[in-house]
Amino acid sequence: MTAGPDGKDALELHVAMTRIRRFEERCVELYSAGDIRGFMHLCIGEEAVAVGVTAALTPDDAVVSTYREHGHALARGIPMAALLAEMFGRATGCSGGRGGSMHLFDAARRFYGGNAIVAGGIPLAVGLALADSYAARPQVTACLFGDGAFAEGELHESLNLAALWGLPMVFCCENNRYAMGTALARSHAQTDLALRAASYGVRSWSVDGMDARAVRDAARLAVDTARAGGGPCFLELRTYRFRAHSMYDADRYRERAEIEGWRDHDPLGVLVAQLDPDDVAAAEADVADEIDRAVEAARAAPYEPVADLTRHVLAER
Amino acid sequence: MAATTFREAFRAGLREALAADERVFLMGEDVGRYGGCFAVSQGLLEEFGERRVRDTPLSESAFVGAGIGAALGGARPVVEIMTVNFSLLALDQILNNAATLRHMSGGQLAVPLVVRIPTGPGRQLAAQHSHTLEGLYAHIPGLRVLTPATLADARGMLAPALADPDPVLIFEQIALYGASGELPDDAGPVDITGAAVRRPGTDVTLVAYGGSLAPALAAAEQLAADGVSAEVVDLRVLRPLDEQAVLASVTRTHRLVVVDNAWRSGSPSAEIAARVAEHALYELDAPVERVCGVEVPLPYPHHLEEAALPGVADVVAAARRAVG
Ligand SMILES: Cc1ncc(C[n+]2csc(CCOP(=O)(O)OP(=O)(O)O)c2C)c(N)n1
Ligand SMILES: [Mg+2]
Repeated sequence: MTAGPDGKDALELHVAMTRIRRFEERCVELYSAGDIRGFMHLCIGEEAVAVGVTAALTPDDAVVSTYREHGHALARGIPMAALLAEMFGRATGCSGGRGGSMHLFDAARRFYGGNAIVAGGIPLAVGLALADSYAARPQVTACLFGDGAFAEGELHESLNLAALWGLPMVFCCENNRYAMGTALARSHAQTDLALRAASYGVRSWSVDGMDARAVRDAARLAVDTARAGGGPCFLELRTYRFRAHSMYDADRYRERAEIEGWRDHDPLGVLVAQLDPDDVAAAEADVADEIDRAVEAARAAPYEPVADLTRHVLAER
Repeated sequence: MAATTFREAFRAGLREALAADERVFLMGEDVGRYGGCFAVSQGLLEEFGERRVRDTPLSESAFVGAGIGAALGGARPVVEIMTVNFSLLALDQILNNAATLRHMSGGQLAVPLVVRIPTGPGRQLAAQHSHTLEGLYAHIPGLRVLTPATLADARGMLAPALADPDPVLIFEQIALYGASGELPDDAGPVDITGAAVRRPGTDVTLVAYGGSLAPALAAAEQLAADGVSAEVVDLRVLRPLDEQAVLASVTRTHRLVVVDNAWRSGSPSAEIAARVAEHALYELDAPVERVCGVEVPLPYPHHLEEAALPGVADVVAAARRAVG
């Protein structure tokens, strides 16, 4: 048994990250087999961000994410079977099959997608926080986005607005150093992202995004600050994607050595050394089982009938 | 003749433009180091260098606006926006600046800018990556809107677009990039003012553009097997619209089917139907038929995406109704 409160804590974070890692590894197989289609973006290597940020939230808080959101969705508690059914395009998927990998939604868990326009979700997060602040609800909105979003006006407009109105939200930038094939320094004159966010009067921190505990602790501080009326906070979570941008990307723009170097900081490896190997093995077995069941359920799930094509355009009356 | 793909044909046009005129440069997201999101510009950075092939940050409004400014300043920029849904982030620059500067300045200014925009459905990319929004741009006076749907047009529309003194948008069908065919070795510039009859016929006119040309041609083939002679008109240019070509064809066939991947309401198909009603109503022997995208954001699953788009069978059925 992994002992002590620290050990238990490490085990929980490790198990949560293992679920994401193994799930996505299976997704690669399912994509190759043609079960999953369209664009699919993996967060393998970035699991500590998903697990650390969501661990700091209450069920009443809101999450806004990007197309690279499998990890965020799993960590937020959307059942794996509902995610996989979505990626299979089945009616039982978390978005009814309409969205696919890039558009995972779960209103009950306040998971507002799944946005595939870079920076497109950020103003929505500002609005969710505005609604909470307007209704004096003690809720926080966590908005996850990539380093690429820093080039878009929507992020800067949102930082300003959220700071101006003191809104309860946390801007969580997953800085994996690349926007598709473009390295950070090739598209940003100032690569210190926390400095840029701070220039709007937003409290900002840079965090080791490969360390789930560091992410979780920083996220708690930021979320607590925002909840207590301290206004929006910004976290730069320094991370790395081990896989290509998407299943279509030949990944020709990075050195192999760079990828291998980051693998030494694998978020799963960071914690595993502190855990009892039996606990780790048991967790792996549970996760494998959960994935098998999710795949079976997704395969057996029905497609929506074509007759329903024009549903969900406007409210049904 | 040589076998080529649409991707290679577009690239050949770009390479020729870069080689021919020092003022021409290409800029956009991932056009350089990455080789282009759809590999159209692959190899051009290596061939022409960073000054001519420029990776931009993810800032559609800024780099399209910068393209407009550079065109004002005497350059001949070719700007690539990664896909049409993202072009909406630059719609302000395109509509409020590119399309209006000449007019607002009383004719003093010109914006000789080319914007290339990959577009279209068919790859299960769901509701933020699949739409056919060419018609939105065709609404805007001050722009020329091109929809290459053949290899010759893919190869040959860029040069005349760059020679045009006004902003030109070129919509490239993503689903066609990998499609291949034969292109003459001496293929070069083509006309960018008019529609083209892709298949002559006598019984019914099928009007199509961009992504709807292929289903229209396939439908014409099927109809021919059943003794119905369909004429296929490829619009090629959505603005300014070559109305005469459509009217001339309808005057020959007396029946019209418009095939359009865009949503029916307010689509180019609506414009075509209206023009025919205005100028050739009495030529028609049957009501105008439209086969359009179903009015729903494109869903992810294959069966629903397919059902949302005009299919060959839908076009054949519409033509049969028209022929009676
Ligand atoms: C407005 C917009 N422009 C371009 C794209 C195409 N695109 C999709 S993901 C991506 C890279 C984004 O990088 P980043 O924000 O760092 O997130 P990451 O993929 O690294 O997680 C690009 C250019 C898009 N989806 N939306
Ligand atoms: Mg990134």
